[in-house]
Order: sequence, then structure tokens, then C-alpha cells
Amino acid sequence: MQAMVYRGPCRVRVENKEKPAIEHPNDAIVRVTCAAICGSDLHLYHGLMPDTRVGMTFGHEFVGVVDEVGPSVQNVRPGDRVMVPFNICCGSCYFCARELYSCCHNVNPNASAVGGIYGYSHTCGGYDGGQAEYVRVPFADVGPTAIPDWMEEEDAVLLTDACPTGYQGAEMGSIKEGDVVVVFGAGPVGLFAAKSSWLMGAGRVIVIDHLDYRLEKAREFAHAETINFTQVDDIVLHLKKLTDYLGADVCIDAVGAEADGSFWQVVSNNKLKLQGGSPVALNWAIDSVRKAGTVSVVGAYGPLFSAVKFGDVMNKGLTIRSAQCSVKRHWPRLFQHVKNGVLKPSAIVTHRVPLNEIAEGYHIMASKLDECVKSLVYTSPH
Amino acid sequence: MAYLAQKPPLAPPSNELRSRIPGWGVDLDPKDRPAVPKEQFKPDATGAHWDFPERQPARWPREKSPEHAFLTPVFGTACPPSGISGAIRRYAYRFSEGRTSHWLLLLMADRIDVMESRVGALLKGRPDSRLMETGVLSEFKRHGLRSRLGHHRADVKHQWIDVLLFAAPYLAVTAGALYFATRRTPARRILRDR
Ligand SMILES: NC(=O)c1ccc[n+]([C@@H]2O[C@H](COP(=O)([O-])OP(=O)(O)OC[C@H]3O[C@@H](n4cnc5c(N)ncnc54)[C@H](O)[C@@H]3O)[C@@H](O)[C@H]2O)c1
Ligand SMILES: [Zn+2]
Ligand SMILES: [Zn+2]
Repeated sequence: MQAMVYRGPCRVRVENKEKPAIEHPNDAIVRVTCAAICGSDLHLYHGLMPDTRVGMTFGHEFVGVVDEVGPSVQNVRPGDRVMVPFNICCGSCYFCARELYSCCHNVNPNASAVGGIYGYSHTCGGYDGGQAEYVRVPFADVGPTAIPDWMEEEDAVLLTDACPTGYQGAEMGSIKEGDVVVVFGAGPVGLFAAKSSWLMGAGRVIVIDHLDYRLEKAREFAHAETINFTQVDDIVLHLKKLTDYLGADVCIDAVGAEADGSFWQVVSNNKLKLQGGSPVALNWAIDSVRKAGTVSVVGAYGPLFSAVKFGDVMNKGLTIRSAQCSVKRHWPRLFQHVKNGVLKPSAIVTHRVPLNEIAEGYHIMASKLDECVKSLVYTSPH
Repeated sequence: MAYLAQKPPLAPPSNELRSRIPGWGVDLDPKDRPAVPKEQFKPDATGAHWDFPERQPARWPREKSPEHAFLTPVFGTACPPSGISGAIRRYAYRFSEGRTSHWLLLLMADRIDVMESRVGALLKGRPDSRLMETGVLSEFKRHGLRSRLGHHRADVKHQWIDVLLFAAPYLAVTAGALYFATRRTPARRILRDR
């Protein structure tokens, strides 16, 4: 089969790989019809995530058709069209039993600090991902769900990660009616976080980025106010003035490890890879939120240390909430929102690339060329 | 203002927002949100029909964090460790995730893996191509310049560092070669004296 393969920092190519096989009685093999490139993939692509091995296939957002199932699989059958949450989870451990699927303890021998994720380095379990023609899906009775008839494929792909992650980002902010919510990052996750903040009754939603075209998307798709942080002297001070010197009630970090905006953070992290992530947006969030406010972190950071301003967290009495999204617990509610037209996840898709051009797809996403917000990958001509 | 007891009027009234923003407030009740409360004990609702999963057979001594009591019943089988990078990786897994050595060793192995794989690919007749694998050709097809210039992008300001990092190994090799070429080595002196 054809599969995207990592060849080293900023290098990927398509190779002929062996089709994955059933390795456990509850495995399924899924023929991927549509996948996506996530902002998280860029952290791997840039060589920031420890134990990212050459030869690995990335891709944790995908939908497809069940091709084969192991002997103990009961809930899906060959031929079913399924969407697969990015979390690999067993459904029976301490964490899964409490709906914390991203924390599953039975699927990732490489680390106890994170669960299993498709195509997301060996630190997240060493599973090949879905930017390929076929993918092994462990615990087929727990993760995958049949795509409802009324749901469009591109909406389904975005419901496997970006959309629920943004939603959970807002949810972890414990937003109350009338709250001022500041979202750092106008990528897919930030856009969904901003949109979801309104659903939870925010009074103002302000999105920060340095890419004008994404901020335009934030105004149009998420009805948000926007600020390009390169156009103000000091974003923290600017936000304090905007909130009458109180600070925002809730700040959401939807930027993560490769945040820009501070020369030294960028050099030490993005360029020299000496940190587990550049916490520029996180520090801005900590400093812009009001005392006793909440900072919700869905932006991803690596397991190494980062220069986070923790003194301010402590002195301000902040609540920090953070998680890899537990996708499946959000599906019933999000399905309802998509069905009722409250959410249209695929509205943020800007690019569709065939699998054999994936190297260019990654470059476009990573370098933010051509006004790219979200790129889908099609395994067959589209 | 924050200096007084009442919250400043920062937001428009809710009914205005409800009429302007599609879906405003559909999840207004903080208690009625899917992941609230954070932990909800529902062991029978996950689709799992086992107390503990069957164990996937291990085809090689699978690397495992010492913070796990045993090899997890299910695990990924992409890219078994091999070569020098594989040896470093296996060694790194002796350290807990709390130890910086664990992560720094893994990062070092990642870089060595790239070098090993580049040689391996060459020997297998499928050499790596910087041009094709970096996707850099999209710069021409997807408005590389126009995307970057005149848009207040923060990253454009430090892109010269990428050029420097890219050129660094080549510059080092060239400088080294020049140094040795111009240095007065004993062999040269003998040649010249003859
Ligand atoms: N928690 C989860 O489950 C989960 C799931 C998906 C993605 N993520 C993470 O969320 C983050 C965002 O993902 P994405 O797909 O939207 O990525 P993306 O790269 O498309 O978006 C990131 C955005 O942040 C902007 N940005 C950079 N520095 C900034 C700063 N200092 N302030 C404000 N904005 C800044 C960038 O210009 C970009 O638009 C990534 O770190 C990703 O790994 C987490
Ligand atoms: Zn993702
Ligand atoms: Zn589990």
C-alpha cells in the first residue's frame, strides 16, 4: 500500500509499505478514504517530539471503510464507513472507565504520561497513522463509530480531532455567561475553540494570531474579534486595556509548542530544540487572564521542560486545565450540533491534497502558504 | 473596573448575542456539558467487553517505560529499533519519564536515526531527495513569496536563522577544507623543500 513516511525533520515521502495486519483479536484494518494534516503533525514534522522514528506513518485524523476485523470484534463489520477518534483506547482501564480516553493506560508502553495516538511517535505508543491507504485500528469495539448517514465525510474527519479539541478547550475554560474569552491561535483548534466559546455563553471572544488570513477566518467562521499580535506593542498590556485592566476571564492556548512572538523562545525551542515547546502563547495567556481566572491549554507541548512563567500562575491563583482531547465523550453533543447546523466543521478546510503529493501538503501547512488553514489528504483521486 | 466590586460591562447583553451569533448559549449551563464533571465512572458504556484486554503477542523485546508495571496489552509495532539509534533508544528506556536523560537520549537517537536511514536508503537504491521530500517546490506553486511578504508575519523576521542552520554544516565543511588546504603541514613542507 501507499503510505506517507517520515524521513527526518521537514522531510516526508510516500513509500510502498506492507498493508497492516490484525495483531490483536480486537483490531480492525480500515481502508482510509480521507485523512487530515493536524497542527500536531507539524511538531513531529519539525523533529520536536522525542522518539519520532524514520519510517513512521503519521496521521491521527482519518475516516474510512472497515476492511477486516479481528475475531473478537462485535461493534463494526467489514464495509462499515467509520470515523476513528485520534485516541487509541482500551475502554476498560482506570482512565477509560472514567471517560478519560486520552489517558488510556493499556495502549502505550513507551510512556505512562500519555495514552496512545495514531501516527504520533513512539512516545505515544508507536502506532502507524492514517495518512496511508490502510491503517491498523486497535480496540475496534471502543474507538471507531459508524459515520451517520446524514454526516458529510469532511465533517466526520474534522470530528476525529480538531473540532472536539477546540470544543474541549472551551469546555475546560469553564466559561460562564458573559465571560471574556481570549483564544491564542487561529488555527483549526483555535477556530473551533472560539466558536465553541459562544455556544457556552461567552460575552466576548477575542482571537490572537499573527496570520492575517487566519484572523479573517476567525471573524467570519467564529464571529470573533481579532488582534494581530505583531500590530500591537505588547499584547498582554493591550488585552488588559481592552478588559478595563481586569484581564480576561478565560484564556485558551490553542498554539502549543511552536509559538512565535519571542525571538529567544523561538531560537531556543523551534530552531535549536532545547525546550519541550516554546511557551510564548502560554505565557501570554497566563499574563492576560485575570487573577483567579482559568487558562485552558489544548496546544500541545513535548515532554521536555519549557520556560513557563509559573510564578504568575501561583500568585494569580489561576486554574490551569489541560488535556489531549478525549474525543469520543464529546461526539454525542457535537453530532447534535452538526446535525442542527450549529457547527459546520468542514467550513475551515482550505486544501485537499492527494496522498502522493503529501510532501507539498506538509510544506504548505508548516509554512502557512497559500492561506492554508486545514489540509485534507485523499488516498484516491478527488 | 477591577478596582470596584462590580464586573465592568465588557460584554454586550446576552439577548443581543443570541440573535447575532448562531448557536450562542446552546451549551450555556456549565453543568450540562459533555465532559462535566471531568471524571464520570461509566465502565459499561465504552464498548469494551473485557475486564482486561487480551495480550497482543510481542514480536521483539518491546521498549517500555519503567513507569509501567508491565508491557501494555496492546502497543504499536511501527519501526522496531535497529542500528545505533535503536541501541540508544533501548538504553533510554531504562530511565523513567521523570529523567531528562530519557528524553535527551531519545532526541539524540532521532538525529542518528536520520543519518542511518539516509545511508540505508541510498544502499537500497531509494535515496532521499531534499527537493522532493521537503515539498519545497510548493513554494513556486503556492505563492511562497506572496504568502510571506507584506502580511505582518512574525516568522518571516527570523527566517534567516533557518538559512544559517541549513548552511551551517556546509560552511563548516568548507571552512575545514580551506583550513587544511592552506595549513603548512609537514608533508607540504617536505614537498616544497624538495
Ligand atoms: N489537546 C489536543 O488534544 C490537541 C489536538 C489537536 C491539536 N492540538 C494542538 O493544538 C495546537 C494548535 O493546533 P492547530 O491544528 O490549530 O495548529 P496550527 O499550527 O494550524 O495553528 C497554530 C496557530 O497559532 C498561531 N500562533 C503562533 N504563535 C502564536 C502566538 N504567540 N500567539 C497566538 N497565535 C500564535 C499560528 O500562526 C497558527 O495560526 C497545536 O499545538 C496542536 O498540537 C492539541
Ligand atoms: Zn491533532
Ligand atoms: Zn484504557
